Amino acid sequence: MARRRLALPAVLLFAAGALAATGCGASESGAGGGTPEAGGELTFALASDPGCVDPQQQGNNDAIYPARQLVDSLTDEDPETGDIVPWLAESWEVSEDARSFTFHIRDDATFSDGTPVDAEAVRANFDSIVELGARAALGSSYLAGYEGTTVDDTHTATVTFAEPNGQFLRATTTFSLGLLAEATTSLPPEERCTDNIVGSGPFVLDEYRPNEVVVETRREDYAWGSSLWRHEGPAYLERLTFEVIPESGVRTGALRSGQVDAIGGVAPQDEAGLDDGGFTVQSRVNPGLPFGLTANISRPAVSDQAVRRAVLLAIDRQEVVDTVLSPSFRPATSTLAHTTDTYLDLSAELTHDTAEAERLLDEAGWRPGPDGVRVKDGEPLTLTVLWAENFGPNENALQLIQQQLRAIGVDLTLRSTSIAEFTALREEGDFDYTWGNATRTDPDILRTQFSAGLVNVARLPDGSPLEEALQAQNAVADPEARAEHSAAAQRLVLEEAYSVPVFELTTVLGIADHVHDLDFEASSRIQLHDTWVS
Amino acid sequence: MARYVAWRLAQSALVLWAAFTVAFAALYLLPSDPVSIMAAGGGEANAVSDEQIADLQRVHGLDRPLWEQYLDRLGNALTGDFGLSVQTGDPVTEVIAEALPGTLQLAGAALVLAVAGGAGLALLATWTRARWLRQVLLSLPALGVSAPTFWVGLLLVQLVSFRWGLLPAFGQEDWRALVLPAVTLALPTGAVLAQIFARSLRTALVEPYADTARAKGASRARVHFGHAAPNAAVPPLTVTAVLLGNVLSGSVVVETVFSRSGLGRTTAAAVDAQDIPLVLGIVAFGAAVYVVANLLVDLAHPLLDPRVTVGGPAVAA
Repeated sequence: MARRRLALPAVLLFAAGALAATGCGASESGAGGGTPEAGGELTFALASDPGCVDPQQQGNNDAIYPARQLVDSLTDEDPETGDIVPWLAESWEVSEDARSFTFHIRDDATFSDGTPVDAEAVRANFDSIVELGARAALGSSYLAGYEGTTVDDTHTATVTFAEPNGQFLRATTTFSLGLLAEATTSLPPEERCTDNIVGSGPFVLDEYRPNEVVVETRREDYAWGSSLWRHEGPAYLERLTFEVIPESGVRTGALRSGQVDAIGGVAPQDEAGLDDGGFTVQSRVNPGLPFGLTANISRPAVSDQAVRRAVLLAIDRQEVVDTVLSPSFRPATSTLAHTTDTYLDLSAELTHDTAEAERLLDEAGWRPGPDGVRVKDGEPLTLTVLWAENFGPNENALQLIQQQLRAIGVDLTLRSTSIAEFTALREEGDFDYTWGNATRTDPDILRTQFSAGLVNVARLPDGSPLEEALQAQNAVADPEARAEHSAAAQRLVLEEAYSVPVFELTTVLGIADHVHDLDFEASSRIQLHDTWVS
Repeated sequence: MARYVAWRLAQSALVLWAAFTVAFAALYLLPSDPVSIMAAGGGEANAVSDEQIADLQRVHGLDRPLWEQYLDRLGNALTGDFGLSVQTGDPVTEVIAEALPGTLQLAGAALVLAVAGGAGLALLATWTRARWLRQVLLSLPALGVSAPTFWVGLLLVQLVSFRWGLLPAFGQEDWRALVLPAVTLALPTGAVLAQIFARSLRTALVEPYADTARAKGASRARVHFGHAAPNAAVPPLTVTAVLLGNVLSGSVVVETVFSRSGLGRTTAAAVDAQDIPLVLGIVAFGAAVYVVANLLVDLAHPLLDPRVTVGGPAVAA
């Protein structure tokens, strides 16, 4: 999900020059230059409190940064190519039916308590994630249909599923399936939240004080990093301090005044100022579902494909990005964000064409009414969108979309709710659209979102052509075959306009000049093993 | 006296019970429940199965009939057991105990500043003979009451910490990091105290006993500080408990702006996550603080004003 913000008044003091478009946009990789030096510390300002520093129990927002540094994953994903590459596992085999996955684990890795990272540890971890259930929401959904892990020999483990699970290999790159020592996995969930997190990662948890700070120190004997990293051996930084600073203006000020070295959750209006002030604004688009509207097709008005298509064509994505976001953001160009594996460029389908939108509505029998809102059989074309403030600019973006739809005679009503109540209200179904996004590197998020047996936000009936494509992409292991089915699914969602993607969520960091090689991994979270300070 | 205290204690118990019950009803009237919120991970579409959610609801007893949950939670609360936080699984009492020191420090410092600043301002405003200064001083509290805490906090942090680099903007180990949040939190409270105290001082200074003192040759300072001030202190004292409540609720905003951990932030997070046991624990704790403060103020009353006697409801005052 996106960065959380307290529902406090729009930041009063920092609005100056908010959205002035600057030529210098964002860079995709950390500021390089010079020879890395070992040593030193980094203080990073987090936008929200982790709540729990167990990567397996953590949710999916930026507060994952500290937990990510504590664990290694079986595999890693190349952010550029989407390829799965070795990390703890040196190699792996996947059965053709995508039901069984064998991992050959390197024999030199240890957890920070000295116990070995071996096949037994893999089994203990996956068993305990399934056991955690709803407490490990992400991990247990990646492991849906888990039959068990067999220990073939000390360093070979085979994970099997009752049903094909094509997304599982990429899931092993995530923090949610990062490996923890038995000292952690054997504990009940509540005892492994603020303490007792023993991983094999380049940093070790020193202290976590909720709503305040997470402190981690370097693991001196670390030597089993991901094959993607810039250097081998222990991390350069000796110590990491993650300060929890909820207010975006305070984070920016703390960076500018040198009280922290880098910050997360840079508000769009603060970007230009940081750029001009000699700081690096570094960004990467989050993979997964872009922010957008998803139709509830059980409702009469949007059960009509013409209405949904008209909404899709009436939205001017570029205007949304230019007006309420920043140069770091991009309009959506497909059902998936362009950093997602198997992304298919469908920008030709996502055009802004009000004439065509109006033609579709005319044809469907929605005629202009007296107050500009279209009417059919005496019913005005009023659509309700349910949304929560899980991302600061949501409200402004939706207000602009409201105006854009109004121009073709569609009256959009914004129904806001708290993040807490969003899910419950979504299940009630009393709306025409929901507004939201999801960060995932694997296209299987489409199945999670649209499959009749899962979340099914659009309330599609079972057995639709989309359902077929969604099931097919998870039923094969071959990447090319998966890409084909995923492409079909992305195309179908837009053709039917079940979902109207608007903009890609972007992770934006502000970094001081003396910090180098602060890298994004494939899910746009930070990886600090190669980071150094001068 | 004993009878009066017993009567007040009974009243206090009633207030505590009512606060607990209203909070319980409010939490259960919400359309969501803490387990689904946790599984949803901030509004994203997560594919957590219904069985998994039901499992966790069972663990937290959320599947039982409402009246059973209510009686159970109330009964346990009486023994000081508020159960486990749904978010972290830690005992609620432990979570509160861990969050408390940060807030106590902040609220304590703010109260000291508010009392010293508020009383000082009121004394100065009524003491000065310069008409313009009096006008300026008397208009300050209105400004302090009306300036939003959030805005004041951001302004202070921008100027003092970011521009002038005098004090840190966050952190809890260093006493210097306490200055700005304490000032921010003290401002509205001190302003209210100053308003009430200045008004009652002005009234006291024209009372007949003040004239009598002057006629007997008491100095201006003696009349002001020795005779009028103690009498004028009664009205501000009676609102102290209310102000304590203000300080506690103000800590939610101040702790957020100054990135401090404490009861305010814990409360905000617990409400967000609809962490029923934790919210109930915090409500009970807050109500208890309020009730005890009120009781202490009432008991201290006769010490300041001999005309006030404490007695039970049946005793004629």
